Amino acid sequence: MSTSTTAYLIRGAKPLGEEPSDILIQDGLIVALGADAIAHASAATATLIEAAGQIALPGMVDLHTHLREPGREDAETVETGTRAAAMGGFTAVHAMANSNPVADTAGVVEQVWSLGKRSGWVDVRPVGAVTVGLAGKQLSEIGAMADSRAGVRVFSDDGICVHDPLIMRRALEYVKAFDGVVAQHAQEPRLTEGAQMNEGEVSAVLGLAGWPAVAEESIIARDVLLAEHVGSRLHICHVSTAGSVEIIRWAKSRGVNVTAEVTPHHLLLTDELVKSYDPVFKVNPPLRAESDVLALRAGLADGTIDIIGTDHAPHPSEAKECEWAAAAMGMTGLETALSVVQHAMIETGLISWADFARITSTTPAAIGRVSDQGRALAVGEPANITLVDADARWIVDPFAMATKGRNSPFKGLELPGKVRTVFFHGHPTVLDGALNTPRITEGA
Amino acid sequence: MSNEPENARALAPVSARIVLSSDDIDRVITRIAHEIIEANKGTADLVLLGIPSRGFPLAQRLAQRIAATDPTLDPSAIIGQLDVTMYRDDLRHSTTRTPVPTRLPATGIDGKVVVLVDDVLYSGRTIRAALDAIADLGRPRIVRLAVLVDRGHRELPIRADHVGKNLPTATTEKVRVHLSEVDGENNNEVIIEATA
Amino acid sequence: MKHLLSTLDLSREDAIRILDIAEEMAAVGTREVKKLPALRGRTVVNLFFEDSTRTRISFEAAAKRLSADVINFSAKGSSVSKGESLKDTAQTLQAIGADAVVIRHGASGAPARLAATDWIDAPVVNAGDGTHEHPTQALLDAYTLRTHWAATHGNSALGSDLAGMRVAIVGDILHSRVARSNLWLLRTLGAEVIMVAPPTLLPHGSHAWPCTISYDLDATLAGGVDAVMMLRVQGERMHDSFFPNTREYSRLWGFDDARLAALDAQPGSETIIMHPGPMNRGLEISSAAADSPRSTVLAQVANGVAVRMAVLYLLLSGDQQRPAGL
Repeated sequence: MSTSTTAYLIRGAKPLGEEPSDILIQDGLIVALGADAIAHASAATATLIEAAGQIALPGMVDLHTHLREPGREDAETVETGTRAAAMGGFTAVHAMANSNPVADTAGVVEQVWSLGKRSGWVDVRPVGAVTVGLAGKQLSEIGAMADSRAGVRVFSDDGICVHDPLIMRRALEYVKAFDGVVAQHAQEPRLTEGAQMNEGEVSAVLGLAGWPAVAEESIIARDVLLAEHVGSRLHICHVSTAGSVEIIRWAKSRGVNVTAEVTPHHLLLTDELVKSYDPVFKVNPPLRAESDVLALRAGLADGTIDIIGTDHAPHPSEAKECEWAAAAMGMTGLETALSVVQHAMIETGLISWADFARITSTTPAAIGRVSDQGRALAVGEPANITLVDADARWIVDPFAMATKGRNSPFKGLELPGKVRTVFFHGHPTVLDGALNTPRITEGA
Repeated sequence: MSNEPENARALAPVSARIVLSSDDIDRVITRIAHEIIEANKGTADLVLLGIPSRGFPLAQRLAQRIAATDPTLDPSAIIGQLDVTMYRDDLRHSTTRTPVPTRLPATGIDGKVVVLVDDVLYSGRTIRAALDAIADLGRPRIVRLAVLVDRGHRELPIRADHVGKNLPTATTEKVRVHLSEVDGENNNEVIIEATA
Repeated sequence: MKHLLSTLDLSREDAIRILDIAEEMAAVGTREVKKLPALRGRTVVNLFFEDSTRTRISFEAAAKRLSADVINFSAKGSSVSKGESLKDTAQTLQAIGADAVVIRHGASGAPARLAATDWIDAPVVNAGDGTHEHPTQALLDAYTLRTHWAATHGNSALGSDLAGMRVAIVGDILHSRVARSNLWLLRTLGAEVIMVAPPTLLPHGSHAWPCTISYDLDATLAGGVDAVMMLRVQGERMHDSFFPNTREYSRLWGFDDARLAALDAQPGSETIIMHPGPMNRGLEISSAAADSPRSTVLAQVANGVAVRMAVLYLLLSGDQQRPAGL
């Protein structure tokens, strides 16, 4: 590519929703801001991106994405999943380890990593399994995965809880050698046998086996104590209950090195929706009560919960076109995350766009040790930038999405905020609200 | 037929006219009662089955008139109510109908002379349903039909044996029968009204 | 009423209408010709994913007494056991020309799913779904209760409800679709409900139900109830630690001979003993109780046919393109 096409001048966007400032991008980096940008732009013959009124954010980083490849290419592929990520405003995703084969060896994580490179829509950071085959019995080759080209730093058996306390202790200790973090799917298995939905007043009426809050909270309580005991980093995936927020708040006050994520759907939806028995609302952990939703929002606003993780979980239609009990758990989320968080957190006055950047970019990149993501919008930094028209409103149509999954629980909902443009290391992967071209790199 | 709402009178258009007054109805009932006795050569084996909702009070009135000629006869012992809802041929095409009880006299209907009693004879479909219903309940020796009004426009080969009044009508007209037992005190007349 | 999926969303008016029509249907059962032509030419499919001979033959008898054609589709040994989805099964029934589908399914909400999707247009009758609801069972129970209540008061049952009645539902509430359906329907009809069970067999969240919850059967019976409904308890539940063993369960929550004697000793007690069947004699109910004059077990079976006739008649008659009068 010639230098003339790698320069872009973003006009009029408001970094983190603050005062408008032009941004000049060249060769993958932010090279000038404000008045300097225009001055340098003429020399660089930059392509103009008119973004007056739009909000400039650091490219979003998802710590929790299911790309399904290898193994379930009928549900999603790295290509389709990363297209969806780009459309959602992301520049990096962490691909969960529950593929088939499981990402528990250097070979599998390098395969996923190179598929990501080849696709070129976002950085794909594979997550390594904590235990071989997610079976919870024996540690997987954590060191080999960390040292592989994929440079894995996040380890998780997501979908399954590392429930054996001794295995969890060992994993927490072992990842310290590689600056890793264990991302725990907190679900006590015996308390959730056959569980179909949140255990509470709605499940009592619907006659669906309950998934009690205590099954999540008891594991989190155990694990924060373990993390404190062994002095390790712990990350809690998709926190879903008010009690979990309280336990994490308590752990943080003790100085435990714990971080926590919440999904967009747990910030907006409740188990009342299950009354329809429509499996599009079936997810793990399940949709909870209104009081939980409000506690999660408060925890996210006060920093108890650190980040948004989408838990994007695409499924083929037949996995949802059936009775509730037979349906797969999971919802798509990459292309609605920004809008749902804007709706649930920003438009309710709970957080600012600067906070949004922290919870969707800066902190997730820090937890995942993604050094060139989640950076400030400053001169010399990698140009990973998402431009958002926050005033736009749109109606969610799962069939118009880039993901293969049609299982969006937000179908038909009107939401605010449209991603207009995404720069991924200086390359526009999304332009005018539509997919542009992937970023081609050498050796991919 | 006269399946009109309860407040039909309040809504009756100006063009409504009374074709049978309360006194007319009384006279007609008396005449039909005598016709029945005559046709039956007495009151032996007689059973009067009224078709709800207004056929039943008519059957009661007829039974009383008949009993007046025969002091040994208990009028309540020869009348019954025959619900034909489940035998209708239009169940799928109108709003759902709620069945009402069928009550037969203690003697049953086997070998009896059953006189079906209804208020208005129109298409004949109700009577067809009634004949089928009777067949499921027993085997009468004879089935006859008595109606207060025959307004014509038959759609089946059915005719009445005893008619209170033959009333030529247009299909656009409605015939409403009001009987005090169903429609309240001082409400005894047959009205014909044009509809828009 | 397009479907009958639950009693939770059944209005008082609808419920009483079903019970009233069932009175007329019951009369047909006493005639020599136990058949009405109302559903002639209509096809009712009994789609049973779970074995339940009792419920299936009750629906079959109901449909046949209304002259409908009946197709029994049992999941066992059919394409369903080879992995065919509910959607494909439903679409097959649609293609066959089913006019109504009576579905029994192990998954809560499966009938609601059939009704909500465009897989099939026909009215859906829930014949028991998982641990959710069993609305026709509740309707036949309400019918049985109403008959008893009207008789005790010397009234006509027609048009009446269950206002003033106290009904105890005893046993495995947690896993019981019968308990849930009865709770909503009995409350709608004005009865008071007392749920009696070991705490392990009450669902978390049942504290919000419109009923009294008790762990003490003797105290409940001593407090005076007009009916006691015993639920079937699976002895295997003891392996999941819901109770220590069947002996202890039976002693604390079974309707045994001692409790029958205590009831008989209450002056003027007309309390009836109900059971949806099939019974575990000696576990949740003693033989003496099941066979006592208080028992309505067989009346419930007979009433089941009448109630199901009423439901099928209501769903299959009337112009389904127009909002029905129901």
